[in-house]
Amino acid sequence: MSTVVEGVGKAIGRADDRAPISSLLKDNLRKVFPDHWSFMLGEIALYSFIILLLTGVYLTIWYQPSMQEVIYHGSYQPLVGIPMSEAYSSTLHISFDVRGGLLIRQIHHWAALFFMAAMVVHMFRIFFTGAFRKPREFNWVIGGSMILIGLLEGFAGYSLPDDLLSGVGVRIVAGIIESIPVVGTYLLFFIFGGEYPGHDFIPRLYTFHVLLVPAILLASVGLHLVLIFYHKHTQYPGPGRTNDNVVGFPLFPVYTAKAGGFFFIVFGVTVLMAALVTINPIWAYGPYVPDQVTAGSQPDWYIGFVDGALRAFPNWESEDFLGHTWSWNILIPCVLMPGILVTLLLAYPFLEAWITGDTREHHLLDRPRNAATRTALGATAITFYGILVINGANDIVAQAFNLSLNQLTWFTRIGVFVIPPLVFIATRRFCLGLQRRDRDLLMHGRESGQILRLPHGEFIEIHTPISDDEKAVILAKRDIPPIEAPPATDENGVATPGLRAKKWRAKLSQAYFGENVKRPTLAEIEAAEHHHHDEVAHEIDVLHDAGAPVPSELTD
Amino acid sequence: MSNDHKTDVATTGIVEGEIVEFPLPPHHHRLTDTDPRAARRAERQVSTMFVLSGVCIIAFVAAYVAIPETSYINLGPVGTLQTSNLVLGLTFGLGTLLIGIAAIHWAKKLMSDEEIVDYRHPVGSPQEDRDAAKAAFDAGVAESGFVERKMVRRTLLGALALFPLPLIVMLKDMGPLPGDSLRHTIWRKGSRIVIDVTGQPLRPEDMQVGSLVSASPEDLNEIQEAAGDQNARAKASIILVRMKPSDIVSEQGDGWSWNGILAFSKICTHVGCPIALYQQRTHHLLCPCHQSTFDLADSGKVVFGPAARAMPQLPITVDSEGYLVAQSDFQQPVGPSFWERA
Repeated sequence: MSTVVEGVGKAIGRADDRAPISSLLKDNLRKVFPDHWSFMLGEIALYSFIILLLTGVYLTIWYQPSMQEVIYHGSYQPLVGIPMSEAYSSTLHISFDVRGGLLIRQIHHWAALFFMAAMVVHMFRIFFTGAFRKPREFNWVIGGSMILIGLLEGFAGYSLPDDLLSGVGVRIVAGIIESIPVVGTYLLFFIFGGEYPGHDFIPRLYTFHVLLVPAILLASVGLHLVLIFYHKHTQYPGPGRTNDNVVGFPLFPVYTAKAGGFFFIVFGVTVLMAALVTINPIWAYGPYVPDQVTAGSQPDWYIGFVDGALRAFPNWESEDFLGHTWSWNILIPCVLMPGILVTLLLAYPFLEAWITGDTREHHLLDRPRNAATRTALGATAITFYGILVINGANDIVAQAFNLSLNQLTWFTRIGVFVIPPLVFIATRRFCLGLQRRDRDLLMHGRESGQILRLPHGEFIEIHTPISDDEKAVILAKRDIPPIEAPPATDENGVATPGLRAKKWRAKLSQAYFGENVKRPTLAEIEAAEHHHHDEVAHEIDVLHDAGAPVPSELTD
Repeated sequence: MSNDHKTDVATTGIVEGEIVEFPLPPHHHRLTDTDPRAARRAERQVSTMFVLSGVCIIAFVAAYVAIPETSYINLGPVGTLQTSNLVLGLTFGLGTLLIGIAAIHWAKKLMSDEEIVDYRHPVGSPQEDRDAAKAAFDAGVAESGFVERKMVRRTLLGALALFPLPLIVMLKDMGPLPGDSLRHTIWRKGSRIVIDVTGQPLRPEDMQVGSLVSASPEDLNEIQEAAGDQNARAKASIILVRMKPSDIVSEQGDGWSWNGILAFSKICTHVGCPIALYQQRTHHLLCPCHQSTFDLADSGKVVFGPAARAMPQLPITVDSEGYLVAQSDFQQPVGPSFWERA
C-alpha cells in the first residue's frame, strides 16, 4: 500500500476522533454524478472563479488603489515623465517591472471573461433543458444573481487600472447614474465623493472589487454547490435513466480525477491564453484624463448589451416635465431594460410553473424540442441580447464591413423589435417539427433510403425500426395537457374565485402547450407496428407468389 | 423483421404522460479492461504527462531567474511580446494543462467506467419531521409569549425597524451634497482660452478655417493642483472650431462667436464622453462612445444619435491684447442631464 494512501487513512482516523468525518465520507465519497459535456460549463465558471481569487490576491500585492497624481518613471519608455494616477502607474509597474506580473494580470482578465461567458452558456444549458424546474428554482435564482453580480464585479475590475479606456467607461456609468430620477444626482455625489471624477472613486471601487463582491460571490457559489449536491445532479433521458434515479460515475475516484483534472485544464488553457494573447493593453491607452477619449471605445463583452441599447435608443428626453429632467434616452436602455430583463430571468421558473400547474419534482432533463415554447422564448431572448451586443460595437462593425453607422443604428432600432419575434416563430415551428419527426420515428421507424419495386410495379420504401436507446430518449417526453379555463360559476351558481387569473393562465397554457405533438400511446405504437408488420408480410407473399427472391431487409 | 423492441414497451407499459423505462444497456469493456498491455501503455502515457508537467514547472523557475522582464521577442504575425510573459506563461500553462490531461486520461482509461445507479428520494423532509419541526417552533412561540404579549412584540418590531437607521444615515458623508456645482464650470468673464496640450493662449489668427483645437481655461492647472483632482477639467474642457462666418446657420446666443470661431463644450450631453471627432466639411461633431452627432454650424444641435440636447456653446470674444477669452461661464449646465437640471 502506498504511503500516501496510508497517511491519508491515518489522518482521517485522527480527524474523526474530533469531527465525524467518516460519517460524512461514507455517504458522499461514492456519490453518483451523471456524465455529459454540457455539465462541464458550470465547472468552467467555478474554476475560472477560483483562478480569479488566486490571481487577484497576487495583483493586490502590487496594485495601489489611489487616484493621487504621480509622474511615471518605470520601464515603459513611451509613458516616462507623464502624470498619471497611482492606480495606473502601479498597473504599469505590475505589467513591466514585476516578473510574471503581466502574466498574472492577463490570466486574471482572461479568467474574468471566461467566468462570465461560462456562466452565461451554463445558464443557457439550464434554461433549454428545463433544469431550473422544481426543486431547483432557488438555485436558478442564485445562479442568475451571480451573473448579475459578476457583471458588476467585472466592470469594477476593468475600471481599477484607471486607464483611458476604462475611465471613459466610468464616465458613462456616472452619466447613467445622473439620469436616475429623484436620487440620481445625490447618488453620483455619494459614490464619487463629490463631483465626477473626484479622488475617492478608485479606492472605494477597490474595496468593492476585492472584498464585498468576492465575499458575496463566494457565499453564492458555496450555496449553489451545496444545493447541487443535495438535489443530486439532473440527467438526460436515456435507457436506464428515470426521474427517480441518477446514473453515472462515483465522485471518488472518477469525478475526483475528471473534475479535478478539468480544473487544471481550465487553468492551463487560461495561462496559455495569457502567455500568447495580449488582453487589455492598458499601456497603449494611456492614463485617464477626463477630456480625452479613444475612438472605437468598447466595453468588455458582458457590458456590451447595455452599451448597445444606449447607442441605439432614440434621443428622447423631457427637459422639463413636472419641474424635472427625465432622460428617457438613458433611463430606459440602461436602467429599465436591464431591470426588466433580470426580473424576467429570475422569475422565469416560477412563471413557467404557474403556467404548467406542474408541482412534480423534475430530475430528468427536457430535450429542448419537447418544450417548444420555452426553447423559442430562450432563442428570442438570446436574439434580442445578441442584437444589442452587436450594436454595442456598431462603430467597429460599420468600419469592418464598410457600412453606414447611421443605417446600422437604424437597423438595430427596428431589428431589435422585429427579429426576435420572427426567431420565436421559427424556433417554435422548428421544435414542433422535430416533435412530429420523433413521433414518426417511434411509429414507423427510420426511412432507410432503400426503395423496392415489387413485381406488380408498386414501389415501397423500407423503414427500419429505431434502436431502444433512441426510443428511450424519445419516450421520456412528458406530455403536459394545457390547462382549461374553469367555468365562470360552479354548478351552484357560485362565481369561481380568481377567475380572471385562471383565464389568463389557461390562455398562456394553451399558447405554451396547445400545439405540442402528443407522444403516441402504446396502442398507437402497437397499431402502427401491426400495420407495418402486415404490410411486410403482404410484400413477402407477393414476392413469393412471383417467385422472386425476398430481400434480406424484409425478413430481418 | 422482428418485433422484439415491442416487448420492452409492453413490459414497462406506456401510460399517457408518464415516462417509459428501458433497462440500462449492457456495459462494453474497453481495450484497457481486457488487454493488460493496453492498460500498461495507458499507465505509461499518464506517467509521462505527469513527468513532463514537472519538467515544465522546473523550466518555469529557470526562466523566472534567467529572463529579465525588460526583454522582448518579435513573433512576426503575433506581434511583439514580453519574453518573460511568453516563456513563463508557456511553461506554467503547459505544466498545469498536462496535470489535467493526465488525470482525465487516467480516469477514462484505467478507472472503472461501469455506470452506477443511485436512487433519488423526495427532496423535502418527511412529514413526521415537518410535524416535529412545527411542534418545536410552536412550543418556542408559546414559551416566548410572542403572540400574547402584544406590547413586547410591537415594540420589538418597532425597535428593529429603526435599528438600521444609523447605518444608513452615516453614509451621508460619502460625499458633499450636489448644491449647484453641476451648473457651473471654472470659466468666467475674461478667462483666456489656452491650447490644451501646450497651455499656449490663442489668438484668432492662430486658427485656420476648418481647424479644431482642444482648449481649456488658462487657470485650469492651478485649480486642479490645488484641488488634487480632475473635476475642473471634466467640466471645463472645450473645443474651438473655425468656419467661414457665412457657413454659420445659427448660434446659441448673439455675438457668442468671433469671426467664425466658435467654442463648444467638449463633454457630450448624452452620458459625458469627451468628443473630438470632427468632420470639417459638414461641421459635424461625432461622439466616439455612442455616436451622437452635433451640427456645430447650427447651434450645436443634435442631428443623429442618442443625445437629446445641443452641445452647450461658450460665448467668446477677444481681449485687449488680442487673445481669445470667454465672455462668461456656460449659460447652461454642461455634460449629461440630471434630475434637477430643468
